[in-house]
Amino acid sequence: MLALTINGKTYNLDIEPETPVLWVLRDEIGLTGTKFGCGIAQCGCCTIHLDGVAVRSCQLQAGDVVGHQITTIEGLGAAQLHAVQRAWIEVDAPQCGYCQSGQIMAAASLLAQNPNPTDADIDAEITNICRCGTYPRIRAGIHRAAELLKT
Amino acid sequence: MNALLTRRFFVKASLSAAGGLLIAVRSVGPGLADAIAAAPWGADAPNRAQGAINAFVVVEPDNSVLIRLAKSEMGQGVTTSLPMIVAEELECDFLKIKVEYASANRNVVDGGPYGRMGTGGSSSVRGSRQMLQQAGASARVRLIAAAAQGWGVEPSACVARGGAVIHEASGRSAPYGALAPAAAAIQLVAEPAIKTPDQFTLIGTPQKRFDIPVKVTGEAKFGIDTRVPDMVYAAVANCPVFGGSLKTFDESAIKGRRGIIAVVPLGAAVAVVADRFWRAKQAALDLPITWDEGPAASVDSQQIRADYRAMLDGDVDNAVNKGDVAGAFSNGAKIVEALYEAPYLAHAPMEPLNATAYVQKDRVDVFMGTQFPEEAVKMAAQVSGVDQRNCFLHNCYLGGGFGRRAVNDELRQALQVSKAIGKPVKLVWTREEDIQHDRYRPLAAMRMRAALGPDGMVRGFDFRTAVGSIRQSLGWGGGGIEPSAVEGLANTPYKSAALRVDAAVKNNHVPVMFWRSVGSSQNAFAVESFIDEVAHAAGKDPYEFRRALLADKKDFVAVLDRLAHESDWGKPTPKGFGRGIAIHESFGTIVGEVAEVKVSDRGEVKVTRVVACVDCGHVVNPLTVAMQIESGVMYGLTAALFGEITIDKGRVAQSNFDTYQIARMADAPKIETHLQLSGGAKWGGIGEPGTPPIAPAVANAVFAATGKRIRALPLKNATLGV
Repeated sequence: MLALTINGKTYNLDIEPETPVLWVLRDEIGLTGTKFGCGIAQCGCCTIHLDGVAVRSCQLQAGDVVGHQITTIEGLGAAQLHAVQRAWIEVDAPQCGYCQSGQIMAAASLLAQNPNPTDADIDAEITNICRCGTYPRIRAGIHRAAELLKT
Repeated sequence: MNALLTRRFFVKASLSAAGGLLIAVRSVGPGLADAIAAAPWGADAPNRAQGAINAFVVVEPDNSVLIRLAKSEMGQGVTTSLPMIVAEELECDFLKIKVEYASANRNVVDGGPYGRMGTGGSSSVRGSRQMLQQAGASARVRLIAAAAQGWGVEPSACVARGGAVIHEASGRSAPYGALAPAAAAIQLVAEPAIKTPDQFTLIGTPQKRFDIPVKVTGEAKFGIDTRVPDMVYAAVANCPVFGGSLKTFDESAIKGRRGIIAVVPLGAAVAVVADRFWRAKQAALDLPITWDEGPAASVDSQQIRADYRAMLDGDVDNAVNKGDVAGAFSNGAKIVEALYEAPYLAHAPMEPLNATAYVQKDRVDVFMGTQFPEEAVKMAAQVSGVDQRNCFLHNCYLGGGFGRRAVNDELRQALQVSKAIGKPVKLVWTREEDIQHDRYRPLAAMRMRAALGPDGMVRGFDFRTAVGSIRQSLGWGGGGIEPSAVEGLANTPYKSAALRVDAAVKNNHVPVMFWRSVGSSQNAFAVESFIDEVAHAAGKDPYEFRRALLADKKDFVAVLDRLAHESDWGKPTPKGFGRGIAIHESFGTIVGEVAEVKVSDRGEVKVTRVVACVDCGHVVNPLTVAMQIESGVMYGLTAALFGEITIDKGRVAQSNFDTYQIARMADAPKIETHLQLSGGAKWGGIGEPGTPPIAPAVANAVFAATGKRIRALPLKNATLGV
């Protein structure tokens, strides 16, 4: 049995320790906000926070996160929407929306470490793939979220 | 009815009827409707019948207005723009409406009250606008009639406003909720006229999209998020070579593993079924399978490209033959000729293909995001043998469509597996299966020729394409030249006394299908790159040259002029920078784009800015239009820079995003959209028209920056270094 702490709640799970956290979230627990896009950590749809830092959960094994804090998109804005989520709504970022959980988690992590990211910082740190072309709005959303976090 | 599936399903439906399951939008400001269910499938449930004024409009006793959506939401914003059209006529508080998908089952068995639900061809707004306006107007008029009847006054003495009917003289009013049952029973002698564009008050105004709040919280349900009781999971291994078949597999190698339930052969594929997807996926990777790869196992891309180039000199079908083409070329002062090539392209929607199917003895339920829900209902009936009246498609949000979700390949497999094992099955393709078992944008070789007079003006054009056949690949019939093969060539707007367009349309073993903007995706690259080359040969500026050739077409000229103005066309650029221009009409909409690119000494191309100018006639939601242009540009840009599916030993050589490169944030330019609307009778589409101009605009910009012409995509294969 593995005890995993997700969004502040501890789950005791009878699973293989090499199960990717992505599939623990989606299929064991039913938190489907974190998405499957590629399985090889190329696209970032599966981005979660491990102890507050963005990590791609398709390549993170369940056995390795025991004793750590996992936050998913469901936990990010649970009490009230995170600034990134509010900014995303303001700038109308999502189109199909499938990549957006991962984009938001990546952006929230970036802002937690770097409250004033430049465009070059965003280029370097936000490498999640979007097929709908929302990159310009994600960029605007990150800048807007940075402003919101200061107020 | 099976209690296990239906209990949870009907619990959802009845909560939805009371409004309880519709996810409350966290308040972030005014203007957001408590509108969209995270799981947007509706049931056309019997308990709604009382408030249903027509198939599209349901008014519930609490006065909330439910508008049914008969197109699939794949990011193009129909969840908001189509209800706007109904609400324009209905006179209700638009920000208080609810939206849910219309039932595909009902459309198939009940005579099609929703029109055609297939979503594609940039046709959602222009194809359903009049029907939706009529539905809203009809409901409004019947609500007024119901109120008037109840008050004993003339309907003409009443008005509908803000979700209520008011008798102006007495000030009496009744909310729609109270009137709906009576309104539903009213028969109109004649349907009311719908508004003309000059009367619009809602259509044409920017409206925040209803589906965005659930897409930022992770609550939005895509097909892949489906969870139903007793559900199991299936992973699939498809035959690596198209046209091959399954020979043997050794299930003993994986059967004893934890969670493995069954291994189901599917023709040219094998499905592994397990209690968790990851277990099924890992087992499918480890399952020993032998394939009969079939005759195409030796084909490779070099051979395919050579075949299509050779087709240009073989038998062709003639699409256009206007004026004296032979004379124009034999008398031409200057002949310009170039060969362009465009590769196979994958769709690669962000959500890998998946479908959840539950085949029971007398009922089938399917949960998936599909562009063609009616076909999904029919496929469910055909594969299961269950009457289509008992086959239900619960459409979801689509994590990208782009044409890929138009044929329901994944559904056929899910139905077969569920039928074999008698349980609900969620069948999910991996990204590798998606990239390697797509139905691709056809590869094309396009030979373009122009004959110029001594004044540098075009006397004749001769365009010839060799390309794959989408309709043949889909098993559709059809005579004459396949329209998608020559769209953008046969209808070129450029003026010339002589025009010939020929096509050699033939397939090999690679399946091909509609990819965002279809034939225009490769033909615009050829035409707009070529026009640039012709301008250069004539010693003319690319914008001025196009303008002269389009002089008779005022809509094109208006877009071109606005584009030149907004993009600072003609202003000097620093060394290593270039601007390129392209203009193309597709799906009823003209889009012009200017790309600014920077090319480093090492030949790395960075697109820094794209200016787009759009004439789609009219606009429903300008916010959606801007977003779709950004989307179309990025989709085409990623293909222009990196997109290439190659074949090696009959197999697709690429497999995931490490080998099929997709543009990321750092590759994305600033994108500006300007509307240049001609209005009138024009209602053009917007989902696809942003895509065709970007590849040639970028290629032309690269020429401006480096003096080097791009004749084959993608750009990553070009040698551009100093």
